Amino acid sequence: MTLKLSHLSRRFAGSAALDNVSLDIEQGEFLALLGPSGSGKTTLLRILAGLDYPESGSVTQDERDLLKVTARQRNVGLVFQHYALFRHMTVAENVAFGLRVRPLRSRPSRSEIDDRVEKLLKRVHLEGFGKRYPAQLSGGQRQRVALARALAVEPDLLLLDEPFGALDAQVRISLRRWLRHLHEELQLTTVFVTHDQEEALELADRIAVMNNGRIEQVDTPDMIYQQPATPFVCEFIGKVNKLPVERRGTQLVCGTMELCEDPWEGRYERAVAYVRPEHLTLSTHGDGNAWQARLQHIYPAGSVTHLELGLRDPVHELEADVASDNLGRLSLQHGHDLIVRPKVCTLFPLDVEGHAHAGERIMLRWDDANVQ
Amino acid sequence: MKPTTRPTAWPRKLAHAGLIGVALIFLIVFLLLPLATVFYEALQQGFKAYFHAMAQPEALDSMRLTLLVAVIAVPLNLVFGVAAAWAMARFDFPGKSILGAFIDLPFSVSPVISGLLYVLLFGAHGWFGPWLDKRNIDIIFAVPGLVLATVFVTLPFVARELIPLMQAQGTEEEEAARVLGANGWQMFFRVTLPNIRWALLYGVLLCNARAMGEFGAVSVVSGHILGLTTTMPLEVEVLYNEYDYVGAFAVASLLAMLALLTLALKAVLEWRYGDQIASHNAARH
Repeated sequence: MTLKLSHLSRRFAGSAALDNVSLDIEQGEFLALLGPSGSGKTTLLRILAGLDYPESGSVTQDERDLLKVTARQRNVGLVFQHYALFRHMTVAENVAFGLRVRPLRSRPSRSEIDDRVEKLLKRVHLEGFGKRYPAQLSGGQRQRVALARALAVEPDLLLLDEPFGALDAQVRISLRRWLRHLHEELQLTTVFVTHDQEEALELADRIAVMNNGRIEQVDTPDMIYQQPATPFVCEFIGKVNKLPVERRGTQLVCGTMELCEDPWEGRYERAVAYVRPEHLTLSTHGDGNAWQARLQHIYPAGSVTHLELGLRDPVHELEADVASDNLGRLSLQHGHDLIVRPKVCTLFPLDVEGHAHAGERIMLRWDDANVQ
Repeated sequence: MKPTTRPTAWPRKLAHAGLIGVALIFLIVFLLLPLATVFYEALQQGFKAYFHAMAQPEALDSMRLTLLVAVIAVPLNLVFGVAAAWAMARFDFPGKSILGAFIDLPFSVSPVISGLLYVLLFGAHGWFGPWLDKRNIDIIFAVPGLVLATVFVTLPFVARELIPLMQAQGTEEEEAARVLGANGWQMFFRVTLPNIRWALLYGVLLCNARAMGEFGAVSVVSGHILGLTTTMPLEVEVLYNEYDYVGAFAVASLLAMLALLTLALKAVLEWRYGDQIASHNAARH
């Protein structure tokens, strides 16, 4: 089963929630729709569930037009952000709902339903909770009831809307590891919406990063992090430093640092460079092709220490992450002068209006031998 | 003075007592005294006269008619109220705020005026009067007129109870039901209705009390044809005007008891299911 979404557009009150979105979802994959609120990710999920319809575009499942299939016949499992459990039904009744509303000829017998409910409750570690009401459960338990209810109908596709959004941090992490294991066990095609990049990077096989109703990049978590395709992805995923770059003759320079030969053959005067905090090397002395900076603040955060640096040229604030072990070795202190070099850097050219051209991205790497 | 109690100056105590006293006096003069009078007057000549007055054919007819009107008007407004609340809470459509204002209209228009509107529409000289007359359909000065006027006056009760609740509850449970394969009826009867049942009952209770007690609108369209178009409140007026005090207050005592029963049921509902009636509590979990 391959789901093919092509050229979907959906507008709400004049503004585009989805703007010509195309995406393929493979059988058995765990896909994250990641983006800030208002980026269209929930709209996309609701279209997949059959709760919303696009103005144009198509959704097909192995050549079958899904937009012609109503929500109740689509056979998807949907878990809502706030669970949407039926508050007047017990946990067992909630889980059994999807089976009990089936037409008589496809409805399992009463004892079969009871059996399946029991198995599902066991699967989500809620044996013995069948007779309780949703109001008597904790957030994490409700979440698992919602999941059991969605799985009860044996869906072809599981959709999760911000599945961990309403939970506290500890429950969230344990629940998402558990969900990952469950997915590996069931091999059920799963799409989940999240605004939490950490969640997406940890859980998903692939991530579709969305912004303003468009998909900016679809890739594995590793590629999304290491090779962001657009400035938005650079800025949205992980922490990143953004630095101005200009062309000086045939060289691209960023302040005192020469980055590379101009790859765009003089078509652009300016560019923007993105450097992740962990992709900076610091040394206390030395010279050559580098930036000079002053150490302004040290924020220890356990295994990693965040450093706030003030670059001299270009005048810019820079954040660097170093392993706390190395920090001791450098014996860094507030106010020290440092030499800073990037290890990896992503460049996007800017046209005269200041728009970045994602299509002409280049990535620069300096191996450690060169830098040191 | 015990050390735990807050020292209270005597002017403050006086103010407390004064406020409570005013409230009590107000309650007694304006609520309890009239209520007591109803029963006192009704029973002035003993229980025999009381039951005799209630057993009069006109009185029995008025009770029957009041029940008939309520039995038609309340279910109509139940269906309308649920439909209107559903539309208001679940859909966005042009004119939604106007519909909301129209639902409240019967509360802001004097009942007499609403009765008059039906006379102007369906009366002998009204817009549809001649057309109806040709087909021998009586609306004004007949039971259909009473039902119409009652429906109009009691229209907001159910809808107004449900709209804020359904808005607060949101659509997610219904959407979940649909995705799980429920059809429209299954969704309504298994998910929507159970979630609003106590608020619905509450609205129906208030609607019924008003339907049985309505005087103004019904008075205008009734024509006071004894035994045919006098509901209980109208019968009270007729009997009173004929100086039959025992009869008037006997029928009135029935209405008073209906009011007390409604009050009691309302209190029980609020006490037992308050969280499922008051909309600000509805979205709690």
